[in-house]
Amino acid sequence: MPMVDIRDVRKQYDDGFEALKGVSLAIEEGEILALLGPNGAGKTTLISAICGITRITGGSIAVGGHDVIADYRAARRLVGLVPQEINLEPFQKVADAVRFSRGLFGKRGDEALVERILRRLSLWDKRDSKVIELSGGMKRRVLIAKALAHEPRVLFLDEPTAGVDVELRRDMWETVRELQRDGVTIILTTHYIEEAEAMADRVGVINKGEILLVEDKASLMARMGQKELTVDLVDPIETLPEALSDYDLRLTGDGTQIVYSYDTRAERTGIGRLMGMLAQSGCNVRDVHTAQNSLEDIFVGLVGDQKKEAAA
Amino acid sequence: MNLPAVLSIYKFEMLRFFRTILQSFISPVVSTSLYFVVFGAAIGSRIDQVEGVSYGAFIVPGLVMLSVMTQAISNASFAIYFPKFIGTIYELLSAPVNFLEIVLGYVGAAATKALFIGVVILGTSALFVDLEVQHPGAMLAFLVLTCVSFALLGFIIGIWAKSFEQLQLVPLLIVTPLVFLGGSFYSISMLPPAWQTVAYFNPVVYLVSGFRWSFFGIADVPIAVSLAAIAGFTAICMIAIWWIFKTGWRIRS
Repeated sequence: MPMVDIRDVRKQYDDGFEALKGVSLAIEEGEILALLGPNGAGKTTLISAICGITRITGGSIAVGGHDVIADYRAARRLVGLVPQEINLEPFQKVADAVRFSRGLFGKRGDEALVERILRRLSLWDKRDSKVIELSGGMKRRVLIAKALAHEPRVLFLDEPTAGVDVELRRDMWETVRELQRDGVTIILTTHYIEEAEAMADRVGVINKGEILLVEDKASLMARMGQKELTVDLVDPIETLPEALSDYDLRLTGDGTQIVYSYDTRAERTGIGRLMGMLAQSGCNVRDVHTAQNSLEDIFVGLVGDQKKEAAA
Repeated sequence: MNLPAVLSIYKFEMLRFFRTILQSFISPVVSTSLYFVVFGAAIGSRIDQVEGVSYGAFIVPGLVMLSVMTQAISNASFAIYFPKFIGTIYELLSAPVNFLEIVLGYVGAAATKALFIGVVILGTSALFVDLEVQHPGAMLAFLVLTCVSFALLGFIIGIWAKSFEQLQLVPLLIVTPLVFLGGSFYSISMLPPAWQTVAYFNPVVYLVSGFRWSFFGIADVPIAVSLAAIAGFTAICMIAIWWIFKTGWRIRS
Protein backbone atom coordinates (compact mmCIF):
# COMPACT_ATOMS: atom_id res chain seq x y z
CA MET A 1 0.00 0.00 0.00
CA PRO A 2 1.42 3.40 -0.92
CA MET A 3 1.94 5.89 1.92
CA VAL A 4 0.14 8.58 -0.04
CA ASP A 5 -2.39 7.44 -2.61
CA ILE A 6 -3.75 10.15 -4.87
CA ARG A 7 -6.42 9.10 -7.33
CA ASP A 8 -7.81 11.22 -10.11
CA VAL A 9 -7.82 14.33 -7.94
CA ARG A 10 -9.48 17.38 -9.42
CA LYS A 11 -9.69 20.90 -8.13
CA GLN A 12 -11.83 23.48 -9.80
CA TYR A 13 -12.14 26.91 -8.25
CA ASP A 14 -15.41 28.81 -8.14
CA ASP A 15 -14.28 31.00 -11.04
CA GLY A 16 -13.95 27.87 -13.17
CA PHE A 17 -10.17 27.67 -13.11
CA GLU A 18 -9.01 24.08 -13.00
CA ALA A 19 -5.91 23.86 -10.83
CA LEU A 20 -5.74 20.06 -10.83
CA LYS A 21 -6.97 18.06 -13.80
CA GLY A 22 -7.20 14.50 -12.57
CA VAL A 23 -3.92 13.90 -10.79
CA SER A 24 -3.01 10.36 -9.80
CA LEU A 25 0.12 9.59 -7.87
CA ALA A 26 1.29 6.89 -5.48
CA ILE A 27 4.05 7.78 -3.06
CA GLU A 28 5.82 4.90 -1.37
CA GLU A 29 6.82 4.83 2.25
CA GLY A 30 10.30 6.16 2.94
CA GLU A 31 10.99 7.74 -0.42
CA ILE A 32 11.77 11.30 -1.33
CA LEU A 33 9.63 12.48 -4.18
CA ALA A 34 10.27 15.80 -5.83
CA LEU A 35 7.38 17.51 -7.54
CA LEU A 36 8.88 19.66 -10.18
CA GLY A 37 6.99 22.32 -12.02
CA PRO A 38 6.91 25.99 -12.94
CA ASN A 39 5.00 28.55 -10.88
CA GLY A 40 1.27 27.99 -11.03
CA ALA A 41 1.64 24.35 -12.07
CA GLY A 42 -0.56 23.11 -9.21
CA LYS A 43 2.15 21.94 -6.81
CA THR A 44 0.91 23.87 -3.81
CA THR A 45 -2.72 23.12 -4.62
CA LEU A 46 -1.95 19.40 -4.65
CA ILE A 47 -0.16 19.58 -1.31
CA SER A 48 -2.93 21.73 0.17
CA ALA A 49 -5.48 19.17 -0.97
CA ILE A 50 -3.59 16.34 0.73
CA CYS A 51 -3.22 18.33 3.95
CA GLY A 52 -6.85 19.42 4.10
CA ILE A 53 -6.34 23.12 3.41
CA THR A 54 -7.99 22.98 0.00
CA ARG A 55 -11.17 21.06 -0.74
CA ILE A 56 -10.98 18.82 -3.78
CA THR A 57 -13.79 18.71 -6.30
CA GLY A 58 -13.13 15.16 -7.48
CA GLY A 59 -11.14 12.02 -6.83
CA SER A 60 -9.75 10.73 -3.55
CA ILE A 61 -6.64 10.96 -1.42
CA ALA A 62 -5.51 8.54 1.27
CA VAL A 63 -2.56 8.85 3.63
CA GLY A 64 -1.43 5.65 5.32
CA GLY A 65 -4.67 4.08 4.11
CA HIS A 66 -6.85 6.77 5.72
CA ASP A 67 -9.05 8.89 3.47
CA VAL A 68 -8.13 12.53 4.06
CA ILE A 69 -11.79 13.62 4.24
CA ALA A 70 -13.76 10.71 5.73
CA ASP A 71 -10.99 9.77 8.16
CA TYR A 72 -9.26 13.15 8.40
CA ARG A 73 -8.05 12.80 11.96
CA ALA A 74 -6.08 9.63 11.36
CA ALA A 75 -4.76 10.92 8.03
CA ARG A 76 -3.68 14.33 9.31
CA ARG A 77 -1.90 12.88 12.34
CA LEU A 78 0.52 11.25 9.91
CA VAL A 79 1.22 14.40 7.96
CA GLY A 80 3.50 17.36 8.60
CA LEU A 81 3.47 20.42 6.38
CA VAL A 82 6.16 23.03 5.85
CA PRO A 83 4.46 25.81 3.92
CA GLN A 84 6.05 27.90 1.23
CA GLU A 85 5.44 31.23 2.94
CA ILE A 86 6.99 31.98 6.30
CA ASN A 87 3.75 31.96 8.25
CA LEU A 88 4.63 32.30 11.92
CA GLU A 89 3.18 33.97 14.96
CA PRO A 90 5.71 36.80 15.40
CA PHE A 91 5.62 37.15 19.18
CA GLN A 92 5.68 33.49 20.04
CA LYS A 93 8.83 31.96 21.47
CA VAL A 94 10.47 29.31 19.32
CA ALA A 95 9.99 26.46 21.80
CA ASP A 96 6.39 27.51 22.46
CA ALA A 97 5.69 27.47 18.74
CA VAL A 98 6.86 23.86 18.55
CA ARG A 99 4.89 22.87 21.66
CA PHE A 100 1.79 24.52 20.22
CA SER A 101 2.03 22.51 17.01
CA ARG A 102 2.49 19.27 18.91
CA GLY A 103 -0.61 19.95 20.98
CA LEU A 104 -2.63 20.94 17.96
CA PHE A 105 -1.96 17.54 16.43
CA GLY A 106 -3.26 15.83 19.54
CA LYS A 107 0.04 14.82 21.14
CA ARG A 108 0.85 15.31 24.79
CA GLY A 109 3.79 17.50 25.73
CA ASP A 110 7.22 15.91 25.36
CA GLU A 111 10.05 18.25 26.32
CA ALA A 112 12.76 15.75 25.39
CA LEU A 113 11.36 15.54 21.87
CA VAL A 114 11.06 19.31 21.56
CA GLU A 115 14.71 19.59 22.56
CA ARG A 116 15.74 16.92 20.04
CA ILE A 117 13.92 18.66 17.23
CA LEU A 118 15.30 22.09 18.10
CA ARG A 119 18.85 20.75 18.41
CA ARG A 120 18.63 18.94 15.10
CA LEU A 121 17.59 22.17 13.41
CA SER A 122 20.21 24.23 15.26
CA LEU A 123 17.49 26.21 17.02
CA TRP A 124 18.15 25.10 20.58
CA ASP A 125 20.08 28.26 21.44
CA LYS A 126 17.15 30.30 20.17
CA ARG A 127 14.46 28.37 22.01
CA ASP A 128 13.49 31.35 24.16
CA SER A 129 13.78 33.94 21.38
CA LYS A 130 10.67 35.38 19.84
CA VAL A 131 10.11 34.38 16.23
CA ILE A 132 10.24 38.01 15.13
CA GLU A 133 13.86 38.26 16.32
CA LEU A 134 15.07 35.45 14.05
CA SER A 135 16.69 35.62 10.63
CA GLY A 136 14.81 34.42 7.56
CA GLY A 137 16.69 31.13 7.46
CA MET A 138 15.97 30.44 11.10
CA LYS A 139 12.29 31.20 10.64
CA ARG A 140 12.19 28.61 7.91
CA ARG A 141 13.76 26.12 10.27
CA VAL A 142 11.12 26.97 12.89
CA LEU A 143 8.50 26.02 10.29
CA ILE A 144 10.20 22.66 9.85
CA ALA A 145 10.47 22.18 13.63
CA LYS A 146 6.73 22.86 13.96
CA ALA A 147 5.94 20.40 11.19
CA LEU A 148 8.03 17.71 12.92
CA ALA A 149 6.61 18.37 16.39
CA HIS A 150 4.00 15.62 16.18
CA GLU A 151 6.39 13.05 14.68
CA PRO A 152 4.74 12.81 11.27
CA ARG A 153 5.30 9.83 8.97
CA VAL A 154 4.94 11.99 5.88
CA LEU A 155 6.48 15.41 5.49
CA PHE A 156 5.53 17.91 2.82
CA LEU A 157 8.02 20.63 2.05
CA ASP A 158 6.57 23.29 -0.20
CA GLU A 159 9.52 24.95 -1.90
CA PRO A 160 11.71 24.64 1.19
CA THR A 161 14.64 26.49 -0.27
CA ALA A 162 12.95 29.32 -2.14
CA GLY A 163 14.91 32.46 -1.34
CA VAL A 164 17.39 30.60 0.84
CA ASP A 165 21.14 31.08 0.47
CA VAL A 166 23.38 28.30 -0.80
CA GLU A 167 24.77 27.26 2.56
CA LEU A 168 21.37 27.02 4.20
CA ARG A 169 20.10 25.10 1.20
CA ARG A 170 22.80 22.45 1.73
CA ASP A 171 21.85 22.30 5.43
CA MET A 172 18.25 21.86 4.48
CA TRP A 173 19.06 19.02 2.12
CA GLU A 174 21.10 17.33 4.84
CA THR A 175 18.19 17.64 7.27
CA VAL A 176 15.83 16.12 4.73
CA ARG A 177 18.17 13.18 4.17
CA GLU A 178 18.41 12.59 7.91
CA LEU A 179 14.64 12.52 8.13
CA GLN A 180 14.54 9.99 5.34
CA ARG A 181 16.98 7.82 7.28
CA ASP A 182 14.45 7.91 10.14
CA GLY A 183 11.90 6.48 7.73
CA VAL A 184 9.92 9.63 7.03
CA THR A 185 8.34 9.83 3.59
CA ILE A 186 9.14 13.19 2.04
CA ILE A 187 7.44 15.08 -0.73
CA LEU A 188 9.05 18.32 -1.74
CA THR A 189 7.99 20.73 -4.38
CA THR A 190 10.49 22.84 -6.17
CA HIS A 191 11.14 24.67 -9.34
CA TYR A 192 14.87 24.26 -8.87
CA ILE A 193 15.92 21.30 -10.98
CA GLU A 194 19.13 21.18 -9.01
CA GLU A 195 17.16 20.46 -5.88
CA ALA A 196 15.17 17.63 -7.39
CA GLU A 197 18.36 16.18 -8.84
CA ALA A 198 20.21 16.40 -5.54
CA MET A 199 17.48 15.16 -3.24
CA ALA A 200 14.91 12.98 -4.86
CA ASP A 201 14.57 9.26 -5.37
CA ARG A 202 11.79 9.91 -7.82
CA VAL A 203 10.78 12.98 -9.73
CA GLY A 204 7.27 13.94 -10.75
CA VAL A 205 6.87 16.66 -13.31
CA ILE A 206 3.69 18.68 -13.01
CA ASN A 207 2.47 21.45 -15.26
CA LYS A 208 -0.92 23.11 -15.68
CA GLY A 209 -2.56 20.78 -13.18
CA GLU A 210 -1.38 17.59 -14.82
CA ILE A 211 1.33 15.14 -13.88
CA LEU A 212 3.40 14.77 -17.03
CA LEU A 213 5.49 11.94 -15.70
CA VAL A 214 6.72 10.32 -12.53
CA GLU A 215 9.89 8.37 -12.74
CA ASP A 216 12.89 7.13 -10.90
CA LYS A 217 15.34 9.98 -11.11
CA ALA A 218 18.22 7.96 -12.56
CA SER A 219 16.09 6.13 -15.11
CA LEU A 220 14.37 9.37 -16.03
CA MET A 221 17.66 10.92 -16.94
CA ALA A 222 18.92 7.79 -18.63
CA ARG A 223 15.75 7.35 -20.63
CA MET A 224 15.15 10.88 -21.61
CA GLY A 225 18.63 12.22 -21.62
CA GLN A 226 20.57 13.46 -24.54
CA LYS A 227 24.27 12.86 -24.21
CA GLU A 228 27.19 14.69 -25.64
CA LEU A 229 30.44 13.05 -26.61
CA THR A 230 33.44 15.34 -26.70
CA VAL A 231 36.55 14.22 -28.48
CA ASP A 232 39.78 16.11 -27.69
CA LEU A 233 42.22 16.15 -30.58
CA VAL A 234 46.00 16.28 -30.31
CA ASP A 235 46.33 18.63 -33.29
CA PRO A 236 43.74 21.28 -34.09
CA ILE A 237 41.90 20.98 -37.41
CA GLU A 238 40.43 23.76 -39.54
CA THR A 239 37.41 21.93 -40.88
CA LEU A 240 35.71 18.67 -40.15
CA PRO A 241 36.85 15.80 -42.34
CA GLU A 242 34.65 15.24 -45.39
CA ALA A 243 34.01 11.63 -44.39
CA LEU A 244 32.18 12.73 -41.24
CA SER A 245 29.68 14.97 -43.01
CA ASP A 246 26.69 12.73 -42.26
CA TYR A 247 27.30 13.10 -38.52
CA ASP A 248 25.85 15.99 -36.53
CA LEU A 249 29.13 17.40 -35.28
CA ARG A 250 30.38 20.70 -33.91
CA LEU A 251 33.94 21.86 -33.95
CA THR A 252 34.89 23.88 -30.87
CA GLY A 253 37.89 24.80 -28.75
CA ASP A 254 39.75 26.40 -31.68
CA GLY A 255 39.56 23.19 -33.61
CA THR A 256 40.78 20.91 -30.82
CA GLN A 257 37.37 19.52 -29.85
CA ILE A 258 34.71 17.69 -31.78
CA VAL A 259 31.33 17.50 -30.03
CA TYR A 260 28.83 14.84 -30.99
CA SER A 261 25.25 14.92 -29.66
CA TYR A 262 23.41 11.64 -29.56
CA ASP A 263 20.34 10.09 -28.10
CA THR A 264 20.96 7.36 -25.54
CA ARG A 265 17.57 5.90 -26.41
CA ALA A 266 18.56 5.27 -30.06
CA GLU A 267 19.25 1.70 -31.14
CA ARG A 268 22.69 2.66 -32.43
CA THR A 269 24.49 5.63 -31.04
CA GLY A 270 27.05 5.59 -33.86
CA ILE A 271 29.93 6.20 -31.48
CA GLY A 272 32.01 3.22 -32.57
CA ARG A 273 31.76 4.12 -36.25
CA LEU A 274 32.55 7.74 -35.52
CA MET A 275 35.71 6.84 -33.64
CA GLY A 276 36.77 4.54 -36.45
CA MET A 277 36.22 7.22 -39.05
CA LEU A 278 38.14 9.77 -36.99
CA ALA A 279 41.14 7.44 -36.90
CA GLN A 280 40.86 6.86 -40.67
CA SER A 281 40.79 10.60 -41.28
CA GLY A 282 44.09 10.93 -39.48
CA CYS A 283 42.85 12.74 -36.41
CA ASN A 284 44.81 11.81 -33.31
CA VAL A 285 42.50 11.51 -30.31
CA ARG A 286 43.86 12.75 -26.98
CA ASP A 287 40.81 12.15 -24.79
CA VAL A 288 37.12 11.29 -24.90
CA HIS A 289 34.42 12.23 -22.45
CA THR A 290 30.64 12.18 -22.29
CA ALA A 291 28.20 14.35 -20.39
CA GLN A 292 24.61 13.58 -19.55
CA ASN A 293 22.06 16.30 -19.88
CA SER A 294 20.60 17.60 -16.64
CA LEU A 295 17.03 17.25 -15.46
CA GLU A 296 16.61 20.82 -16.51
CA ASP A 297 16.91 19.92 -20.17
CA ILE A 298 14.46 17.10 -19.71
CA PHE A 299 12.06 19.36 -17.92
CA VAL A 300 12.22 22.13 -20.47
CA GLY A 301 11.71 19.53 -23.18
CA LEU A 302 8.61 18.11 -21.47
CA VAL A 303 6.97 21.43 -20.74
CA GLY A 304 7.82 22.59 -24.25
CA ASP A 305 6.13 19.52 -25.74
CA GLN A 306 3.02 20.27 -23.73
CA LYS A 307 2.96 23.81 -25.03
CA LYS A 308 3.30 22.59 -28.61
CA GLU A 309 0.44 20.16 -28.10
CA ALA A 310 -1.70 22.93 -26.70
CA ALA A 311 -0.93 25.10 -29.69
CA ALA A 312 -1.71 22.32 -32.18
CA MET B 1 -12.04 14.84 21.23
CA ASN B 2 -8.58 16.25 20.58
CA LEU B 3 -8.12 17.71 24.05
CA PRO B 4 -4.43 18.64 23.67
CA ALA B 5 -5.41 20.81 20.69
CA VAL B 6 -8.13 22.63 22.65
CA LEU B 7 -5.70 23.26 25.49
CA SER B 8 -2.94 24.39 23.12
CA ILE B 9 -5.18 26.98 21.48
CA TYR B 10 -6.58 28.11 24.81
CA LYS B 11 -3.15 28.42 26.39
CA PHE B 12 -1.76 30.27 23.39
CA GLU B 13 -4.58 32.80 23.48
CA MET B 14 -4.37 33.28 27.24
CA LEU B 15 -0.62 33.78 27.01
CA ARG B 16 -1.21 36.74 24.73
CA PHE B 17 -3.64 38.10 27.31
CA PHE B 18 -1.12 37.77 30.12
CA ARG B 19 1.55 39.52 28.07
CA THR B 20 -0.65 42.60 28.19
CA ILE B 21 -2.27 41.95 31.54
CA LEU B 22 -1.65 45.47 32.79
CA GLN B 23 -3.48 47.07 29.86
CA SER B 24 -6.20 44.44 30.16
CA PHE B 25 -6.65 45.38 33.80
CA ILE B 26 -6.20 49.13 33.72
CA SER B 27 -8.38 50.07 30.77
CA PRO B 28 -11.64 48.66 32.16
CA VAL B 29 -10.90 50.20 35.56
CA VAL B 30 -10.34 53.62 34.00
CA SER B 31 -13.33 53.46 31.65
CA THR B 32 -15.65 52.22 34.40
CA SER B 33 -14.53 55.01 36.71
CA LEU B 34 -15.24 57.52 33.93
CA TYR B 35 -18.73 56.14 33.42
CA PHE B 36 -19.39 56.54 37.11
CA VAL B 37 -18.13 60.10 37.11
CA VAL B 38 -20.20 61.05 34.05
CA PHE B 39 -23.36 58.97 34.44
CA GLY B 40 -23.31 58.29 38.14
CA ALA B 41 -22.26 61.68 39.52
CA ALA B 42 -23.25 64.22 36.83
CA ILE B 43 -26.45 62.69 35.46
CA GLY B 44 -27.27 60.46 38.40
CA SER B 45 -27.57 63.43 40.71
CA ARG B 46 -30.58 64.56 38.64
CA ILE B 47 -32.12 61.09 38.47
CA ASP B 48 -32.93 59.96 41.92
CA GLN B 49 -33.89 56.39 41.58
CA VAL B 50 -34.93 53.97 38.89
CA GLU B 51 -37.56 51.54 40.09
CA GLY B 52 -36.35 51.83 43.63
CA VAL B 53 -32.65 51.45 42.87
CA SER B 54 -30.17 54.33 43.02
CA TYR B 55 -29.13 55.36 39.50
CA GLY B 56 -25.46 54.68 40.21
CA ALA B 57 -26.20 51.09 41.15
CA PHE B 58 -28.80 50.75 38.41
CA ILE B 59 -26.27 51.26 35.63
CA VAL B 60 -23.75 48.72 36.98
CA PRO B 61 -25.23 45.65 35.24
CA GLY B 62 -25.46 47.61 31.99
CA LEU B 63 -21.88 48.79 32.31
CA VAL B 64 -20.63 45.27 32.93
CA MET B 65 -22.63 43.97 29.98
CA LEU B 66 -21.39 46.73 27.69
CA SER B 67 -17.75 45.91 28.38
CA VAL B 68 -18.20 42.17 28.44
CA MET B 69 -19.93 42.17 25.07
CA THR B 70 -17.45 44.42 23.32
CA GLN B 71 -14.47 42.62 24.90
CA ALA B 72 -15.78 39.18 24.01
CA ILE B 73 -16.36 40.25 20.43
CA SER B 74 -13.05 42.01 19.94
CA ASN B 75 -11.00 39.25 21.59
CA ALA B 76 -12.60 36.42 19.66
CA SER B 77 -12.71 38.23 16.33
CA PHE B 78 -9.07 39.23 16.56
CA ALA B 79 -8.01 35.76 17.72
CA ILE B 80 -9.26 34.09 14.54
CA TYR B 81 -8.71 37.00 12.15
CA PHE B 82 -5.03 37.36 13.00
CA PRO B 83 -4.02 33.81 11.95
CA LYS B 84 -5.92 34.40 8.71
CA PHE B 85 -4.12 37.69 8.23
CA ILE B 86 -0.58 36.40 8.85
CA GLY B 87 -1.21 33.01 7.27
CA THR B 88 -0.69 30.78 10.31
CA ILE B 89 -4.21 29.44 9.85
CA TYR B 90 -2.75 26.80 7.52
CA GLU B 91 -1.71 24.87 10.60
CA LEU B 92 -5.17 24.95 12.11
CA LEU B 93 -6.70 23.78 8.83
CA SER B 94 -4.25 20.92 8.42
CA ALA B 95 -4.49 19.74 12.03
CA PRO B 96 -6.65 16.82 13.17
CA VAL B 97 -9.21 19.09 14.84
CA ASN B 98 -12.90 19.64 14.22
CA PHE B 99 -14.82 22.90 14.43
CA LEU B 100 -15.95 22.26 17.98
CA GLU B 101 -12.37 21.95 19.24
CA ILE B 102 -11.28 25.09 17.43
CA VAL B 103 -14.25 26.99 18.84
CA LEU B 104 -13.67 25.65 22.35
CA GLY B 105 -10.09 26.86 22.25
CA TYR B 106 -10.60 30.31 20.74
CA VAL B 107 -14.04 31.15 22.08
CA GLY B 108 -13.20 29.67 25.46
CA ALA B 109 -10.18 31.95 25.76
CA ALA B 110 -12.05 35.03 24.53
CA ALA B 111 -14.89 34.34 26.95
CA THR B 112 -12.43 33.89 29.82
CA LYS B 113 -10.84 37.25 29.08
CA ALA B 114 -14.25 38.95 28.85
CA LEU B 115 -15.27 37.34 32.13
CA PHE B 116 -12.12 38.65 33.75
CA ILE B 117 -12.91 42.16 32.54
CA GLY B 118 -16.49 41.81 33.77
CA VAL B 119 -15.31 40.84 37.24
CA VAL B 120 -12.83 43.74 37.29
CA ILE B 121 -15.62 46.17 36.40
CA LEU B 122 -17.90 44.74 39.06
CA GLY B 123 -15.09 45.16 41.59
CA THR B 124 -14.44 48.73 40.48
CA SER B 125 -18.16 49.52 40.66
CA ALA B 126 -18.29 48.28 44.22
CA LEU B 127 -15.88 51.09 45.09
CA PHE B 128 -18.39 53.70 43.88
CA VAL B 129 -21.79 52.32 44.82
CA ASP B 130 -23.35 49.86 47.24
CA LEU B 131 -23.98 46.71 45.25
CA GLU B 132 -26.39 44.01 46.21
CA VAL B 133 -26.70 40.79 44.27
CA GLN B 134 -30.00 39.07 44.96
CA HIS B 135 -29.41 36.06 42.74
CA PRO B 136 -25.65 35.37 42.54
CA GLY B 137 -26.10 32.07 40.70
CA ALA B 138 -28.22 33.69 38.00
CA MET B 139 -25.82 36.61 37.81
CA LEU B 140 -22.89 34.32 37.14
CA ALA B 141 -24.88 32.29 34.63
CA PHE B 142 -25.90 35.42 32.70
CA LEU B 143 -22.38 36.76 32.78
CA VAL B 144 -20.81 33.53 31.51
CA LEU B 145 -23.49 32.99 28.87
CA THR B 146 -23.04 36.52 27.59
CA CYS B 147 -19.27 36.10 27.44
CA VAL B 148 -19.64 32.86 25.49
CA SER B 149 -22.35 33.97 23.09
CA PHE B 150 -20.68 37.26 22.18
CA ALA B 151 -17.34 35.53 21.81
CA LEU B 152 -19.08 33.20 19.34
CA LEU B 153 -20.40 36.23 17.47
CA GLY B 154 -16.91 37.73 17.50
CA PHE B 155 -15.50 34.50 16.11
CA ILE B 156 -17.94 34.68 13.20
CA ILE B 157 -17.00 38.31 12.57
CA GLY B 158 -13.30 37.38 12.61
CA ILE B 159 -13.86 34.74 9.95
CA TRP B 160 -16.07 37.01 7.88
CA ALA B 161 -13.72 40.01 7.98
CA LYS B 162 -11.35 40.48 5.07
CA SER B 163 -9.57 43.49 6.55
CA PHE B 164 -8.90 45.18 9.84
CA GLU B 165 -11.45 47.84 8.90
CA GLN B 166 -14.17 45.25 8.58
CA LEU B 167 -13.04 43.77 11.87
CA GLN B 168 -13.82 47.09 13.56
CA LEU B 169 -16.92 47.84 11.51
CA VAL B 170 -19.43 45.39 12.93
CA PRO B 171 -18.68 46.13 16.59
CA LEU B 172 -18.75 49.84 15.83
CA LEU B 173 -21.81 50.05 13.63
CA ILE B 174 -23.97 47.30 15.04
CA VAL B 175 -22.91 46.13 18.46
CA THR B 176 -22.21 49.45 20.16
CA PRO B 177 -25.59 50.97 19.11
CA LEU B 178 -27.42 47.81 20.14
CA VAL B 179 -25.77 47.91 23.53
CA PHE B 180 -26.36 51.61 24.08
CA LEU B 181 -29.99 51.25 22.94
CA GLY B 182 -30.35 48.06 24.95
CA GLY B 183 -31.20 49.66 28.23
CA SER B 184 -27.69 49.63 29.66
CA PHE B 185 -28.12 53.07 31.23
CA TYR B 186 -31.90 53.30 31.55
CA SER B 187 -35.00 51.23 31.96
CA ILE B 188 -36.95 50.44 28.81
CA SER B 189 -40.04 51.75 30.58
CA MET B 190 -38.44 55.21 30.49
CA LEU B 191 -38.74 55.24 26.68
CA PRO B 192 -41.78 56.55 24.76
CA PRO B 193 -44.18 53.66 23.93
CA ALA B 194 -43.21 53.49 20.23
CA TRP B 195 -39.53 53.14 21.09
CA GLN B 196 -40.33 50.55 23.70
CA THR B 197 -41.74 48.36 20.93
CA VAL B 198 -38.61 48.89 18.84
CA ALA B 199 -36.44 48.05 21.83
CA TYR B 200 -37.98 44.60 22.13
CA PHE B 201 -36.37 43.70 18.78
CA ASN B 202 -32.97 44.41 20.28
CA PRO B 203 -31.49 41.17 21.63
CA VAL B 204 -29.26 43.07 24.04
CA VAL B 205 -32.35 44.29 25.93
CA TYR B 206 -33.02 40.74 27.07
CA LEU B 207 -29.48 40.22 28.28
CA VAL B 208 -29.22 43.48 30.20
CA SER B 209 -32.68 42.98 31.66
CA GLY B 210 -31.94 39.45 32.84
CA PHE B 211 -28.58 40.45 34.21
CA ARG B 212 -30.09 43.39 36.07
CA TRP B 213 -32.79 41.15 37.49
CA SER B 214 -30.09 38.98 39.08
CA PHE B 215 -28.89 42.06 40.96
CA PHE B 216 -32.04 43.91 41.97
CA GLY B 217 -34.92 41.59 41.14
CA ILE B 218 -36.30 44.11 38.64
CA ALA B 219 -36.53 43.44 34.91
CA ASP B 220 -37.88 44.92 31.69
CA VAL B 221 -38.83 41.49 30.38
CA PRO B 222 -39.61 38.25 32.21
CA ILE B 223 -36.49 36.37 33.28
CA ALA B 224 -37.50 33.21 31.38
CA VAL B 225 -37.70 35.24 28.17
CA SER B 226 -34.23 36.63 28.85
CA LEU B 227 -32.82 33.14 29.33
CA ALA B 228 -34.54 31.85 26.21
CA ALA B 229 -33.22 34.81 24.22
CA ILE B 230 -29.60 34.27 25.20
CA ALA B 231 -29.86 30.50 24.70
CA GLY B 232 -31.35 31.09 21.27
CA PHE B 233 -28.64 33.58 20.37
CA THR B 234 -25.92 31.13 21.44
CA ALA B 235 -27.52 28.36 19.42
CA ILE B 236 -27.74 30.53 16.29
CA CYS B 237 -24.05 31.43 16.58
CA MET B 238 -23.07 27.78 17.04
CA ILE B 239 -25.06 26.72 13.99
CA ALA B 240 -23.46 29.51 11.95
CA ILE B 241 -19.97 28.38 12.96
CA TRP B 242 -20.79 24.76 12.26
CA TRP B 243 -21.93 25.79 8.78
CA ILE B 244 -18.77 27.88 8.26
CA PHE B 245 -16.50 24.94 8.94
CA LYS B 246 -18.67 22.53 7.00
CA THR B 247 -18.55 24.65 3.88
CA GLY B 248 -15.12 26.18 4.50
CA TRP B 249 -16.62 29.64 3.98
CA ARG B 250 -13.81 32.23 3.91
CA ILE B 251 -11.30 29.85 5.46
CA ARG B 252 -10.83 26.91 3.08
CA SER B 253 -10.40 27.45 -0.64
